[in-house]
Amino acid sequence: MILFEVFLGGLLLGGTYGLIALGLNLQYGVARILNLSYGEFFMGGAFAAFFTVFLWKLNPLLSLFISVPIAFAMNWLIYQYLMMPLIRRAPDQDALDADVVLVTFGLFFVVQGLALVNWSGELRGYSFLSTGVPVFGATVAANRLLAFLGACFLGLALFLVLRYTRFGGALRAITIDPVAASLVGVDVRKFSALAFAAGGALAAASGMLVSTFISFTAAIGVEYTLKALIVVIMAGVGRVTGTLAAGLVLGVVESVGGYLLDPALTIAINFGLFMLVLLWRPTGLFTRA
Amino acid sequence: MLELLTRNPRIVALTALAAVALALLPLVASGYVVSLFIVLYANVALATAWAFFSGSTRYISLATAAFFGVGIYALAILHVHVPIPLALLGAAVVGFLVALVVGLSTLRLRGVYFVVFTFGLTELVHQVLNWWEIKVNRTVTRYIFADVSNVSIYETLLAVTLVTIVGSWYVSRTRLGFALRAIGEDETVARHTGVNTTLAKVVCFAISASVMALVGAVLALRYPYIDASIAFNNTWSFQVLISALLGGPGRAWGPAVGAIPLVLLSEYLAGTFPHHFSIALGLCFVVIVYFLPGGIAPLIERHYRSWAAGRALVTWPPLVAPPVASWLKAGLARLNALWRI
Repeated sequence: MILFEVFLGGLLLGGTYGLIALGLNLQYGVARILNLSYGEFFMGGAFAAFFTVFLWKLNPLLSLFISVPIAFAMNWLIYQYLMMPLIRRAPDQDALDADVVLVTFGLFFVVQGLALVNWSGELRGYSFLSTGVPVFGATVAANRLLAFLGACFLGLALFLVLRYTRFGGALRAITIDPVAASLVGVDVRKFSALAFAAGGALAAASGMLVSTFISFTAAIGVEYTLKALIVVIMAGVGRVTGTLAAGLVLGVVESVGGYLLDPALTIAINFGLFMLVLLWRPTGLFTRA
Repeated sequence: MLELLTRNPRIVALTALAAVALALLPLVASGYVVSLFIVLYANVALATAWAFFSGSTRYISLATAAFFGVGIYALAILHVHVPIPLALLGAAVVGFLVALVVGLSTLRLRGVYFVVFTFGLTELVHQVLNWWEIKVNRTVTRYIFADVSNVSIYETLLAVTLVTIVGSWYVSRTRLGFALRAIGEDETVARHTGVNTTLAKVVCFAISASVMALVGAVLALRYPYIDASIAFNNTWSFQVLISALLGGPGRAWGPAVGAIPLVLLSEYLAGTFPHHFSIALGLCFVVIVYFLPGGIAPLIERHYRSWAAGRALVTWPPLVAPPVASWLKAGLARLNALWRI
């Protein structure tokens, strides 16, 4: 029974991992930009929720109306003005990746530094929906359930958009081959910029949802960038449905592994699993080989 | 080796002169200056070792902190049992062996995957070691009982740094250095032209890691105690990478040029304004990618040559001002080109 509760906890945790990674997979899968400052927008979403509760005493969900558009706009600007010159000058994806890794690491340092200067390094948190809800005989926190349901909703919405709209078709075409996509009339630059911006918006949204049940500092971004990256690489770049599944796998392995071995080893289990996947199937678990 | 030395008498003489001058520095300098130089040498040696492998092969490694930390721990464990010089040697060997294992299993990953893997490796080693110390040794700290003066540490690190720079310069002129650059240009082509890419990569990765471990071990002699978060601090990985790229990983002396301003900056900012230092580091990243893709070293070299040929502006102090002026001009031109969307 305890193992079942641990498993359920892992499933909920995994849902949020999937949620966090969704945006990054849009950014890397469609726009082909590995954004290592991704977690900073997650941090921004979390802080927007915190300030909404703390300063204005409002429902943290309302912060989404501010943080999501801002993150969307900022990521669109980053793509158009910082990434576009690099894309234009790069001879191939490897060279682009090297440049992008450096620039986005730079952005991460700058944003984190500014956040630490302005908001200090103190631990923040607030309480929202922290009551227990019975699920299949086990009890789970309502805010975790909310984040899980949010992940399912956003994942499903993204899946439907990609699958059944013309816009989604264009994005899928770009994912498979940007050059061929532009040959059949897809405005690759416009749609890549939108996908990149949408990825940033998802980061802010997931930051808000996760902030309901964790305490966080201004330096939390990099941790979630890494978690998202692990999930994306496990899932396979550009696989939206795979992202949620990989998130669930990671969450369950982390929870159950931590319970069976030692809770202090969860981060090690995370990275261990990640390295195994990298070495065994570098293209991801949910891709056709 | 000898032939290379006799062919470049001026470089050899200058290097030897600089080495002697730096070795004599503790006789006249204050304790603070000696400490500052120790930090500087550590950064220069790490950045040179990083560029030796990552600069030429373009496998961007963030595992510097991992090998550095392995060296620290190796010294902390060994120095209780054997004399300190042996412990230092042991640390270098341990670093070499760890990198050999890591290299054999991971160097087929390319690009972003390698970056992320090496970053994760540091975190993994850090966490596992921390857990091991708590679980098995029931303590998170280890004490260093070495009684070594700052001056001896200074001289040791100076020697390590010089050997690293000269060694890296020497290797870049051998077949091995050529093979590394060929891998950086195009690995498939290199393999097809007969380069044993796996051997070259793994061996050089391990050599570079053994230098990093050695630097960590020497620096550990200054600490009263160590723990996993001191040893495996990711800042090392980032600062070393930025030093090397800022200076110019294509030249053996490039990383040294890049490390100096960053060490001074971190000395000035890190104590009182640590967050401002991280902002400055971040801006460095951005500036390098957009405006200084090859680093500072090629600029200096170009302007030194034109100055030596008598073509530079005489009104400016040579070597310093023309690079700055033309860098600004080139930067502005590039800025205009970048934002014409």
